[in-house]
Amino acid sequence: MEKNKKSIGAFIGEYGAFLALVLLVIVISCVSPEFRTASNFLNLLRQASFNGLIAFGMTCVILSDGIDLSVGSTFALSAIICAELIMDGVPAGLAILISLLAGTALGVVSGVLVTKGRLQPFIATLITMTAYRGLALIITNGKPISRLASSIESESGSFLFKVLGKGNLVFGPNEMFSIPIPAIILVVALLIFYFVLHHTTFGRRIYATGSNAKCANLVGVNTTGVKISVYAISGFMSALAGLIMISRVDSAQPTLGEGYELDAIAAVALGGTSMSGGRGKIVGTLAGVLIIAVLNNGLNILGVSTYYQEVIKAIVILVAVLSDRKR
Amino acid sequence: MKIEMKGINKSFGTNQVLKNAGFVLEDGEVHALMGENGAGKSTLMKILTGVYTRDDGTVIVDGEEVVYKSPQEAEKAGIVFIYQEINSLFDMTVEENLFMGKEITKGFGIVDKKAMRAKAQEVMDKMGVSIPVDAVMGELSVGQQQMVEICKALMVDAKVIIMDEPTAALTQSETEGLFEVIESLRKKGVSIVYISHRMEEIFELCDRITILRDGTYIDTKYIKDITMDDVVQMMIGREIGERFPKRDVKIGDEVLRVEGLTKNKVFHDVCFSVRAGEVLGVSGLMGAGRTEIMQSIFGNLSRESGKIFIDGEEVTIKNPRQAIAAGIGFVTEDRKTEGLLLEKSIAENIEIANLKKVSSKGVLNKKKQDEIVKQGIEEFRVKCFGPWHECNNLSGGNQQKVVLAKWIYTDPKILILDEPTRGVDIGAKKEIYDVINQLAAKGVAVIMVSSELPEVLGMSDRIMVVHEGTVTGIIDAADADQAKVMTLATGGSL
Repeated sequence: MEKNKKSIGAFIGEYGAFLALVLLVIVISCVSPEFRTASNFLNLLRQASFNGLIAFGMTCVILSDGIDLSVGSTFALSAIICAELIMDGVPAGLAILISLLAGTALGVVSGVLVTKGRLQPFIATLITMTAYRGLALIITNGKPISRLASSIESESGSFLFKVLGKGNLVFGPNEMFSIPIPAIILVVALLIFYFVLHHTTFGRRIYATGSNAKCANLVGVNTTGVKISVYAISGFMSALAGLIMISRVDSAQPTLGEGYELDAIAAVALGGTSMSGGRGKIVGTLAGVLIIAVLNNGLNILGVSTYYQEVIKAIVILVAVLSDRKR
Repeated sequence: MKIEMKGINKSFGTNQVLKNAGFVLEDGEVHALMGENGAGKSTLMKILTGVYTRDDGTVIVDGEEVVYKSPQEAEKAGIVFIYQEINSLFDMTVEENLFMGKEITKGFGIVDKKAMRAKAQEVMDKMGVSIPVDAVMGELSVGQQQMVEICKALMVDAKVIIMDEPTAALTQSETEGLFEVIESLRKKGVSIVYISHRMEEIFELCDRITILRDGTYIDTKYIKDITMDDVVQMMIGREIGERFPKRDVKIGDEVLRVEGLTKNKVFHDVCFSVRAGEVLGVSGLMGAGRTEIMQSIFGNLSRESGKIFIDGEEVTIKNPRQAIAAGIGFVTEDRKTEGLLLEKSIAENIEIANLKKVSSKGVLNKKKQDEIVKQGIEEFRVKCFGPWHECNNLSGGNQQKVVLAKWIYTDPKILILDEPTRGVDIGAKKEIYDVINQLAAKGVAVIMVSSELPEVLGMSDRIMVVHEGTVTGIIDAADADQAKVMTLATGGSL
């Protein structure tokens, strides 16, 4: 029983999500020439970035044996805060910063409810999910805020705001490569999360807390602190995704991000992270995010009715999660 | 009922756990099954009761060859297995647990609560235990839960009862109660298979003993014909020398002093001190408050009042982090729920307690990690496939070694060990005793809470006895014997 001599079964177990992703891409590529273009893949990455960023934060929360249902509402509320500040003439850079801090603070509230309030994560974040959505509606009076970019006075501020969601990194001879900024943010976030989870003491503490909080606490891990931190991270990531979204559509509305929590949880589950915490990998979550994005994008291109899309997505998730369990 | 198991082989994957194992159980005898952890005792019994299927070999019950396909089938034939792990529904009441799956009904699935209560009470009385039948299982002590498990087996009309470490979590009086029950069962012709690591119990209780080693049958003897040393030698296949190795340590200055530790209704005015290089044994009945006192010193349990001094200076300890910073390590009683990240590797378990040592500025350092883990595995002789080996798949003794290893690299001044050898086999026990002695030799002040009197007497310099939350005496081990400790533990005075 050597570690590096793993069976094929174990290999599939470990990289099942990636195998499923590759398989999906190959199948859809064969059927649809439209799908297999470079511009579509880049578009797909851009579409995946929202769910990806949120799912990375969600991975940390789930690894610590929690769950965060409030991500969609946090996404909306922090985006609204940014939009309102911009409309009030606050410089774009500052508005973005405040929005990110607000998202983090909203996450902290969930974390405090879970730890100090001793509420079950599901209930605690159900409460914050409802409350944040309500606040977003109150602030906007239920109306969308539009034409954000043109409301920013300074040119650099306007550029900064636009580049988040719409920008492309262009390079190469004759500018032949053009990569969407959201995709780049997604990749950078992936690298940071990978490093934090696998190479830092904080990462270890997250896994230990999710694996056995009692034991972790007894060896000196501040499990309360860890739990509050992961919700804060989740809040920050939701806010970041929200900013990219309003930059892209140039407007903010209080109903943004409804149902995003379920896509994020689905991506984490697809990636093989244990719902009871302690086990899982961030690259798995990336695979999960891409599977969902490929399905959405591919089925749309193939012209599959949205009603059937939902059922197909459900089946893919079911198969992936079942095969993961056989490990 | 006479049972004969012969030439039993069983493999899990490529790992052969039973090779030509077997034993013969006579009518109405109490038969001890002994062997180190992993020797195959539980596996052999699980094959008998249909939990596992055998690869090879025969099982003959009352002259007929049988294969039970499930524990239910074995139970119907009158063979009941009381597992070591408690198999209860913790949110339900004692009575509901006792009758789970065999409820008495008035017909149409309507349960007859009155009849079940009466029957449950009757069995409880027969066992001489006083656990309210409508108590919620999860709120009982581990010992009480174990008693309920035993009662569950008595509910069916068993002809053979297999008990796996039944006394591991029982108090002295509960153990005595159990022994009386076993005695009366024997008189009724019920045969008992008794699996235990507690040599004293086996010599007190059993008629014959069968020894397994590495999955192989070694020998069966009448208890009256052999000594404990013989048994140990047969179990491990070599001599291990003295059971409690002596140490020659110069005892230094006082390291820990506790004054007036009080928690309402749990412990009261606890005062004691431990010196460098000293082993303080802590004895008392289950539920006397020993664990709670230690949990409180470690900051994991709040208290109303009391002062803790380390090296003569008062320290504030409100949570485990402060305790660790003050130089205290704590090996908890329950290594599965509190001691280990079970689903994590040996490496991760050792590292989580030593994160500062294996990192710089919050970033893990592979070299430092490997170093400390390798040292831990080698120094403690943890039997494993490598540092990545999941703790779930280690034997009890090896799990405990991992727990010890993780604490020792935190360089504690004081190490509290709560039941350090529970569920650990004799070979590993000896190794744990050796570790305790090495620590004492390095000048660590050791506090060892234990329910095994021979261990407390054999390992301690002084013994503190707790009765109902109060320290009833602290005596020098040289003057102590079982009778004195038991007198103090039951509230008497010397």
